[in-house]
Amino acid sequence: MSSKPRTMYEKIFDAHVIEQRDDGTCLIFIDRHLVHEVTSPQAFEALRMKGRTVRHPELTLAVPDHNLPTTARVDAEGNRIPIADKQSRDQLAALERNAPDFGVRYFDATARQQGIVHVVGPEQGFSLPGTTIVCGDSHTACHGGLGAWAFGIGTSEVEHVLATQTLLLRPSKTMEVRVEGELSLGVTAKDLIMHIIGTIGTAGGTGHVIEYRGPVFEKMSIESRLTVCNMSIEGGARGGLIAPDETTFAYIKGRPFAPQGAEWDDAVAYWKTLYSDPDATFDKSVVIDASKVEPSVTWGTSPEDVVAIGDRVPDPESFDDPSKQEAARASLDYMDLTPGMRMQDVEVQNIFIGSCTNSRIEDLRAAAEVLRGRRKHANIKWGIVVPGSGLVKMQAEAEGLDKIFTDAGLEWREPGCSACLGMNPDKVPGGERSASTSNRNFVGRQGPGARTHLVSPAMAAAAAVTGRLTDVRELTREPA
Amino acid sequence: MEKVSTVEGRAIPFGRKNVDTDLIIPARWLKTTSREGLGEGAFEAVRTSDPENIFDSEEFAGAPILVAGDNFGCGSSREHAAWALLDLGIRAVIAPSFSDIFAGNAFKNGILTVALPQEQVTRLLEVAATDPITIDLEAQSVTTPFQDRFTFEIDPFRKHCLLEGLDEVGLTLTRDEVISRYEKRLAADKPWLARGTGIAA
Repeated sequence: MSSKPRTMYEKIFDAHVIEQRDDGTCLIFIDRHLVHEVTSPQAFEALRMKGRTVRHPELTLAVPDHNLPTTARVDAEGNRIPIADKQSRDQLAALERNAPDFGVRYFDATARQQGIVHVVGPEQGFSLPGTTIVCGDSHTACHGGLGAWAFGIGTSEVEHVLATQTLLLRPSKTMEVRVEGELSLGVTAKDLIMHIIGTIGTAGGTGHVIEYRGPVFEKMSIESRLTVCNMSIEGGARGGLIAPDETTFAYIKGRPFAPQGAEWDDAVAYWKTLYSDPDATFDKSVVIDASKVEPSVTWGTSPEDVVAIGDRVPDPESFDDPSKQEAARASLDYMDLTPGMRMQDVEVQNIFIGSCTNSRIEDLRAAAEVLRGRRKHANIKWGIVVPGSGLVKMQAEAEGLDKIFTDAGLEWREPGCSACLGMNPDKVPGGERSASTSNRNFVGRQGPGARTHLVSPAMAAAAAVTGRLTDVRELTREPA
Repeated sequence: MEKVSTVEGRAIPFGRKNVDTDLIIPARWLKTTSREGLGEGAFEAVRTSDPENIFDSEEFAGAPILVAGDNFGCGSSREHAAWALLDLGIRAVIAPSFSDIFAGNAFKNGILTVALPQEQVTRLLEVAATDPITIDLEAQSVTTPFQDRFTFEIDPFRKHCLLEGLDEVGLTLTRDEVISRYEKRLAADKPWLARGTGIAA
């Protein structure tokens, strides 16, 4: 044991080193592996071809989410409705076959526990503080909201983890994002993480694991912490985490795969050691003033293209870096926006409330709060609300949120990744805009030619009401 | 994986910064259960919006190298991005920096990711327009027919695996004894963690 002060990430890393090679590469034990249908079939196939098994099926959890349509999954008689698209159907069938073949726990498309992997893991108590968590999906950083070192991996690494429950890695550098002060009223976790990405840039955290620190995070709910850590990858960091505390323990207690009885106390005692030592140093440190954060919105095709809702579309010439100027010109061309235009004058035709970033109960409550007693604007051709899991859906329905959404003219869907990534049938038509609570505004991300503006759930709801990007704080002051 | 030592030939001077994996291969191509045939969807948004695009030009058909801007491969963890590049015939990407996940995925598929300072990348973009480029992994160098010679850093473990064509899973499986020892300790110290989904029947 080293007596040198360590960051939380370093403590977790050290606890998982099985052995270190002479060249500095470490063999790391993986505590939890989440598997979905898109990045796993080639990995299971490779195991099969080489006659290998899953080393720890009990540390692996599989659930379909990316490719699954969000329309009804069973008919009136309770029979499964087959997926129309053959490739999607085949990919889903592969996971349904691979999970039992390799002894992995599987929540099928009709199970109430089914949902987006990054919603399901925390909700089931599968994701725990201090653990190493991986998934073939870059938004795995999400689980860092519980104090886990969680990161996305490719399919070859999925195969490596399935076969060995380990990965070969070098330690990452450490980065502190310290947020000082308090967030203003009406400013959410989503606005904050977008502001952070706008500040550090999409490569600001490359090679680093971020620890989010400061009173803002200590006061945040777990849902909000998951939203913040989720988008670490948009800042280039493969992982991002927040120290676990009483809020974390209260969230985990009693969940299906959480420790129970006397073991619960042992677990909590261990989790309480997971904080950065007072004298620990970070390789990089960024300080953010919370009071400067406004409701955020993107104008371009990179998640770093963030402005406050009250701002205007920037002039590409305003950037110092010539390559950023060129990128901004290309972005504005794709987005069909002109420099100097007010963000609040940008009309939208589509609303997407969902994704692993913003589909938890708190997100749906925030959107419903804005939509209560209101209708979508005539500009809005398509608006969907997609809960992150079957359990979130049940909770929302018990609270009557589904009724608020449908009364407002939005569709209430089955859980899945939906319109976040243009893979399943939920897409934004080319040339049209969306106000979307997802995490990426890349060219073609929500469908070929689709123009994405990233926002918080409350801001997406506000845009649904006015038919344009809107400062939700103005809307809540003057109810319709 | 197959052994990699040198990559030599024409280089596609793409130059763009922040090339994300959605641009390299859009999600609709990810419905496959195979690693093959993804070249068709590679850079689809670029190719469909511009008939004169560089990826479909005769001059660069089969070029084994891609030269790009900062933060190449950012975004999604989809290894399909590496498979799509392979299917296009690309064996190496040169850029000022790479996203961590993409660099890992490329390595697992024998694609070299060569990080060089922006001014050297700018020079290579210029050369690539007309002439071939050579990457020598053993020497960790990039050379051109015009006496340019740039050296690059690479993780020694990755270099070793690439030069020897090692199967990483096979390599780790030989460490079964130390892994088992770790697992025994975990089961004794943190049984609540080791049980995983076994906690709830």
